Amino acid sequence: MTRIELTVDGARVSDDVEPRMLLVQYLREKLGKTGTVIGCDTSNCGACTVHLDGRSVKSCNVLAVQANGHEVTTIEGLAQDGQLHKVQEAFHECHALQCGFCTPGMIMQSVDLLNDNPNPSEEEIRLGLEGNLCRCTGYHNIVRAVQTAAGGTTTGGAQ
Amino acid sequence: MTATQDAATVDKEIGRDRRRKEDQRLITGRTRWTDNITLPGMLHLAMVRSPFAHARITSVDTSEAKQAPNVVAVYSGADLDESAGSLINAWPITPDQVTPVHPPMAKDRATFAGEIVACVVARSAAEARDAAELIDVDYEELPAALDLKEAAEDKVLAHPDLGTNKSALWVFDSAEAGTGGDVEEAIAKARTDGIVIEREYRQQRLIPAFMEPRSVVVDPTGEQLTMWSATQIPHILRFALAATTGVPESKIRVIAPDVGGGFGGKLQVTPEEWVAWWVARQLHKPVKYTETRSESLMAGHHGRDQWQRLTLSAEKDGTVTAFKVDLLADLGSYVSLVGGGIPVLGAFMFNSIYKFPAYHWQVQTVLTNKTWTDAYRGAGRPEATYAVERMMDELATEVGVDPLEIREKNWIKHEEFPFTTVAGLEYDSGHYEAATEKAKEHFGYDELRAEQERRRESNDSVQLGIGVSTFTEMCGLAPSRVLGSLDYGAGGWEHASVRMLATGKVEVVVGVSPHGQGHETAFSQIVADRLGVPWEDVEILHGDTQISHKGLDTYGSRSLVVGGEALVRAADKVVEKAKPYAAHMLEANPDDIEFKDGRLGVKGTDQSVAITEIATAAFASHDYPEDIEPGIDAEATFDPVNFNYPHGTHLCAVEVDTETGRVKLRKYTCVDDVGTVINPLIVEGQVHGGLVQGIAQALWEEAVHDDSGTLVSASFVDYLVPTAADTISFDVDHNSTASTTNTLGTKGVGEAGTIASTPAVVNAVVDAVRSFGVSDIQMPCTPERVWKAIHARDAGGADPTTGGAAPHFDESTGQEGQTDRTAGAADGPATNPGTEGAGQ
Repeated sequence: MTRIELTVDGARVSDDVEPRMLLVQYLREKLGKTGTVIGCDTSNCGACTVHLDGRSVKSCNVLAVQANGHEVTTIEGLAQDGQLHKVQEAFHECHALQCGFCTPGMIMQSVDLLNDNPNPSEEEIRLGLEGNLCRCTGYHNIVRAVQTAAGGTTTGGAQ
Repeated sequence: MTATQDAATVDKEIGRDRRRKEDQRLITGRTRWTDNITLPGMLHLAMVRSPFAHARITSVDTSEAKQAPNVVAVYSGADLDESAGSLINAWPITPDQVTPVHPPMAKDRATFAGEIVACVVARSAAEARDAAELIDVDYEELPAALDLKEAAEDKVLAHPDLGTNKSALWVFDSAEAGTGGDVEEAIAKARTDGIVIEREYRQQRLIPAFMEPRSVVVDPTGEQLTMWSATQIPHILRFALAATTGVPESKIRVIAPDVGGGFGGKLQVTPEEWVAWWVARQLHKPVKYTETRSESLMAGHHGRDQWQRLTLSAEKDGTVTAFKVDLLADLGSYVSLVGGGIPVLGAFMFNSIYKFPAYHWQVQTVLTNKTWTDAYRGAGRPEATYAVERMMDELATEVGVDPLEIREKNWIKHEEFPFTTVAGLEYDSGHYEAATEKAKEHFGYDELRAEQERRRESNDSVQLGIGVSTFTEMCGLAPSRVLGSLDYGAGGWEHASVRMLATGKVEVVVGVSPHGQGHETAFSQIVADRLGVPWEDVEILHGDTQISHKGLDTYGSRSLVVGGEALVRAADKVVEKAKPYAAHMLEANPDDIEFKDGRLGVKGTDQSVAITEIATAAFASHDYPEDIEPGIDAEATFDPVNFNYPHGTHLCAVEVDTETGRVKLRKYTCVDDVGTVINPLIVEGQVHGGLVQGIAQALWEEAVHDDSGTLVSASFVDYLVPTAADTISFDVDHNSTASTTNTLGTKGVGEAGTIASTPAVVNAVVDAVRSFGVSDIQMPCTPERVWKAIHARDAGGADPTTGGAAPHFDESTGQEGQTDRTAGAADGPATNPGTEGAGQ
């Protein structure tokens, strides 16, 4: 067991973990951060994407011990003061999710993409999300959502 | 309670692009996936799976595993008793169907690579997996039935004790059924004075690949045993548990919490569920099992996997005279829940939107030593649409006309509805001409054809192809009597209830069970309109058999067209039950009460009362008419009288790099008729996702096995679920004609995109390279296959007169003309000398 201390969604946490424990397992099993999910074994699907010191990582591809001393943000910590992040809002507005299983990772990756490139072209969005799989939406509305978040506007519609 | 204000103009909810109620929890991570559930004292399961496609299990040594840290129990197939039950097949398609017994865990013999042979129960999932590595299973490998065609010849038996791999032969013949003419006569006539096109197509094996791996939690504590499962079918699951494990149905509660996609892949009763159920009952402790992605791809059921032998006859002008369909369908090693019924769902659809006068359809279902197959988005109907739409393109080429022209010559005209097809179905509505016209316009069909011509003339290394698919499907499963006539083990009705709560809120319970479809949003819209209550005040409950006590779950594009209609009827009953209350409260005659925009009023007066006020009054029941039962809650069960038949015209343009074989999507336009649209946002989303799954079959996805029967595409590294970078934005529109088989006029939309898009893409790819003499490329159309097709007649290429050269099903010519199009076969793809060099 190894002692780790880190910040997750703004809270300081400290635990003894097995050296082999993945960050995603730590988040889900130790911290109950079940908003972050596991979709594959090979780091292809991106469902477990979180931010490590502000950059997106696939948390199935990071050991919990590697997060020691760092800051992790999950989908559960993205909204601030009860205000949804603009990417979360855009996903809702543009119907960019159906079953919602890929959504946490997709949103976290989209936030990272926009941090890097605030005004991406459609192609840049598609390439930027290539590491995240979605089986429901055909990506059409996910691309719209990222464009909408980039534009900072939402269009029409109730709720 | 007298209405002093005029009823405000109520905005109609139906047709409005409401943002989804479901989203809030999903975009913030406040989700309840099955794998998120943790119960006190919960134990974890790990499975040991056969690495061999077919092997005798000679011994299972669990001693070391039992000593591993925090291991509670280890079981092998030999430990299971009768209470473990077995996995059922609910649709024996013929009375003499050969159906192997399917135990939850193999005891003596493993029948596919991935079958469970032992399991470990431990205090953590990691410890269970560690210990599973310590189980020593001795196998004696047996010859495996792997190739579908060879299996159909019983060369190697998947189950030696059964004596055959042939499970069932199911036949429909229009002459015998009295729905059309004799196929053989028509074909014989066409051989002398018409056109006969014979082709053989492969529907490769696919994997549903829902994003949430399957997971199950069983809690045996308490009076009712509870199972949470990532399933599409909580009600059917409960029935099957009761039917096979000896636990009374009334003691079983099944909950489908948030479910992360299904696409038919979670329309199953699974060995994993049965093992977890049995283990929890042995240990009297909650148990969880969550599969890894590799396990999911290996052992969750697969879809498609057919060989299609097709014969189309026509007059010289392209008027089709007969269509004969002969299928081999791979069941895998067990007949799954719906199993052999999946190809049969296509039996009535190969004639599609066309007025074929004669039709013969048959399927031989075949057992092999591969993963079992069952429903995958479209289930039988994509296979049908692919076959007929590819054949119509071949016919167009033969006749020398545009593929849309040959379709129009043969399709049902809009004034001919309702139309009884040669397969015996009555299509209620549709307008193929209008959808096609609209699609052509959006697509810029003529301009793209002109560009194609320019590229051909200039021998551009990048050729443009245009593919057409004018599809229809039957959905809204299903009229119970029809299912009965097909020997299906259940009905096709659906149930809903509406509870009018004292506080004015409306609680709706539905028997359908969503996993991404947006039922909570769309059903709220229906109820809001029907009862005149705010959309926000409607709550939709589902997926828990203790709350939703009656239902048949979600598959086959049925939730809206069957479940939605049950909902409409339940809501209408609420209004009827409210009328005597209103009459009593307003001191009027019940016959004079009319309902409008959420209020019940006395005709010709301004006296009215809101239905929510009546709900409050009914809750108190201090004062109500003497001759009625208190309360206005209502429920309804709806059994459809017919399927419904969405249709659409899909047009796809691809660019094919003839030097590399790479296919690039250029444009995709579809105009679908899904009847009345409840929520356009949700409908478009369903179409987008459906399109990509169908396109993925055309271009990328295939479950590939090696020579020993191991699935080599058992991770997302090798099973190519498309990414955002592989796909394009779509041009989606509608041309609605109302269905006449339900009150709302809706038609199913869940499967439409997938059913339609596959042939549109392959037709486009073939169209791009037809000038090279290519008439078929096996799916998925990988760069390698496309390149080989283009170069099939180069030095060293295949002889263009063999392969798909017609006719090759004729007894006299034997089968030597067949091209082996299985993956890895050395031969090139089929070419058709009849259309050699024929550009359009």
